[in-house]
Amino acid sequence: MEHVLEGSKEKFETVYHPKEGQGGRILDIEDFCLWYGRQQALFNNTLNVEKGLVTALIGPSGCGKSTLLRSLNRMNDLIEGLSVSGKIVFEGENIYHPQVDVIGLRKRMGMVFQKPNPFPMTVAENVTYPLKVDHVRDRRILDETLEKALKGAALWDEVKDRLKDSALGLSGGQQQRLCIARAIAGDPDVLLMDEPCSALDPLATTKIEDLISELRGRYTIIIVTHNMQQAARVSDNTAFLYLGRLVEYGETDAIFTRPRLKRTEDYITGRFG
Amino acid sequence: MKTREGKKKATGADLSARGEPFLWGMGGALALGLAMILGFLVLVVWNGISTFYPKPVEVVHLKDGTLVAGEPTRSERYRVPKHELEGMDKESRAAVMEDGGYGHRTLYRTGNFDLYNEDFVWVSSHNIREVQRPAPMLFIERVEWGPFIGTVKALVLRDKTIEAKDKVLDMLHTEHRKAVERRKRIRHLERNEIGVVNRGIEKERLALRRAALKHGKGSEEYDRVKARSEARVLSLENQYGLLKREAEDIKNEDRQFKVILQDVRSTKKELLLSHIVRFYPANELTALQKLGIYFSRWLEFLTHEPREANTEGGVMPAIFGTFVMTVLLALAVAPFGVMAALYLREYAKQGRLVSLVRISVNNLAGVPSIVYGVFGLGFFAYIIGGSIDQMFFPERLPSPTFGSGGVLWASLTLALLTVPVVIVSTEEALAAVPQSMREGSLACGASKWQTIRNIVLPKAMPGIMTGLILAMARGAGEVAPLMLVGVVKLAPELPIDRFFPFIHLERSFMHLGFHIFDVGFQSRNSEAGKPMVFVTTLLLIGLVAAMNATAIYIRNRLKRKYYVGHF
Repeated sequence: MEHVLEGSKEKFETVYHPKEGQGGRILDIEDFCLWYGRQQALFNNTLNVEKGLVTALIGPSGCGKSTLLRSLNRMNDLIEGLSVSGKIVFEGENIYHPQVDVIGLRKRMGMVFQKPNPFPMTVAENVTYPLKVDHVRDRRILDETLEKALKGAALWDEVKDRLKDSALGLSGGQQQRLCIARAIAGDPDVLLMDEPCSALDPLATTKIEDLISELRGRYTIIIVTHNMQQAARVSDNTAFLYLGRLVEYGETDAIFTRPRLKRTEDYITGRFG
Repeated sequence: MKTREGKKKATGADLSARGEPFLWGMGGALALGLAMILGFLVLVVWNGISTFYPKPVEVVHLKDGTLVAGEPTRSERYRVPKHELEGMDKESRAAVMEDGGYGHRTLYRTGNFDLYNEDFVWVSSHNIREVQRPAPMLFIERVEWGPFIGTVKALVLRDKTIEAKDKVLDMLHTEHRKAVERRKRIRHLERNEIGVVNRGIEKERLALRRAALKHGKGSEEYDRVKARSEARVLSLENQYGLLKREAEDIKNEDRQFKVILQDVRSTKKELLLSHIVRFYPANELTALQKLGIYFSRWLEFLTHEPREANTEGGVMPAIFGTFVMTVLLALAVAPFGVMAALYLREYAKQGRLVSLVRISVNNLAGVPSIVYGVFGLGFFAYIIGGSIDQMFFPERLPSPTFGSGGVLWASLTLALLTVPVVIVSTEEALAAVPQSMREGSLACGASKWQTIRNIVLPKAMPGIMTGLILAMARGAGEVAPLMLVGVVKLAPELPIDRFFPFIHLERSFMHLGFHIFDVGFQSRNSEAGKPMVFVTTLLLIGLVAAMNATAIYIRNRLKRKYYVGHF
């Protein structure tokens, strides 16, 4: 795909060299454009996400990486005046087809946000919330899911005695892991993470990163991050976005050691952005 | 340029920049506001609390030889009018002249309205020769005619007459207790037992009327109903006669127990023992006895029905009416306001139309309340109530059931009046729920409604409760619209009682706010009503405060549940 940057008349073509996973592709983003009202935010993005791998989206502020991420579970639908073109195919189905069940889609894609957003309920109620909206009332299933999700999010040992306490009493890092537990409690296929560590201290960040490494393989993870070291540490593939356009998408090691494009190199070496 | 700079250097900065005068201004405004509220509270609370404390009875010997007996109520300085000045003796005139034409006078509550045609009398100090507090003076509260102040001359028990001696008071106490029992018994017979019978007769009449309306007068069905109802009415009337006779018997018995009283001017007055509410030797009470009377008066005030055109007795029906109306108001306004606000904030597309609706809602809060009263009477009572009467109670027409003011219509009118408050505060509370919470819930696969139900509403609940508290406080204190839609001076029956269907929403009711207006400005003697005005005001403030405190308690419990451990 050839791109032209406004103003500079500079032309470039997206470079692809991603690592392939064993499960094949889970998400195909094809020629995806997005407008906020009249303002175009995403330009003809084409990108395949490999099943079971961790894909990082990087790029300077305002490049549209969060917008792209939120398009995947249609969280952008909440914004008035939004329009899209192109396709996002999730397991053979275009999620922007008018008859797609958005709620069902979101149940298959857990999401973790920039700032921890636990609900004002107990720890247990928070984690089992996805089951509550599905009207699951069986105590046994709820307890099993609770323990599994909390263990999955490496939080079980810290909160197993405080399950009935308010989730708002946890520390910031614990809250974010609680949100991850909540996201995986609904047993999704994909985990979307929108800068999950940006509001956390370094220690909590390390814990979350370790957790992401543990979750690799079980879930397909797409993570937006500002922190390039983090992208290098946790991801298999990295996509670099610039001004709404996908510049380079490839194996993380390759992107950070031998980027194919000058622009990518400039960004990861800190010359701009 | 130069001079300006020089000036600046001299003062540092000019006064307005430092903000000190504004600080004083703001602090002063706050202090003034607080002082006004405090002054108001102190006035109401002091007057309200002290009203029921028994005062001594003074006997005043005037210089012209007449006697006045009464409770000193208050005294003041006044400008002595000319004609009074001319009639004075030399010494007192000199004293008045020395004070610049001012004298001193005291207002005495003399009671004995049936004898003097007035309850209060002003006595100027310069007319007084002597003031005494004689021991035998009694203060007697009566069922009719207000208090009597005087002494006991004799006690008449059937055909025995006992002249007043030392022990007459003790005897009076025991006989009075029996008389009160008789009075209660008569009242119970007339109000409750005869009331039930009357209710039955009325029910039969209505059944007959209904049959006539439904089947026509000549029909077989009508005849059947008529035969049955006549039989029942006959037995009810028999019962009525028996009860009536029983009541008459007790009354006849009661008439034989009397007390002969005598006022300070030796005018005699006969009084049935059962017509005495309470009596005490005002000048011989110990502090403990005074407190006893004080609390028994409060008890009467809180639990009894009013007497004497509302200036005496209790306000229980008014407390009850205010409470029922406020609860109904809250029940009506909460779901309405919350649902409207939810739609406006969560579902409606934010545009010009929604802004217009929002502005209109805000403006509704500023419409004078009497306008709501007119609307409530026209729409609720006449149109809706009238239709209900036509449909469900045709047999009672032309006397209206729902077609006139009642507690239901009053509550709905006030709900309409206060719904803007609830909408505005609910909208604010909803807007204050962070977007990240909603997103978190939606990302878990919750639908919009599930998100609102599980996350947004609980989080907004304290704010919604605050709006409801404000609405209740406003509603409970509102009087003007109520005068049109159901409040009355004296309601014979409470809106909730033991007769099916127990809650009678169509009944008119009494209200503390209206009671204050009525006692203070509509009674035969506003001076007599004044203490009651303060006591009732105190009670109304107390009731509103208690209801608000309950709501605030609930709100804080909710808050604690949803806001613990902010980091």
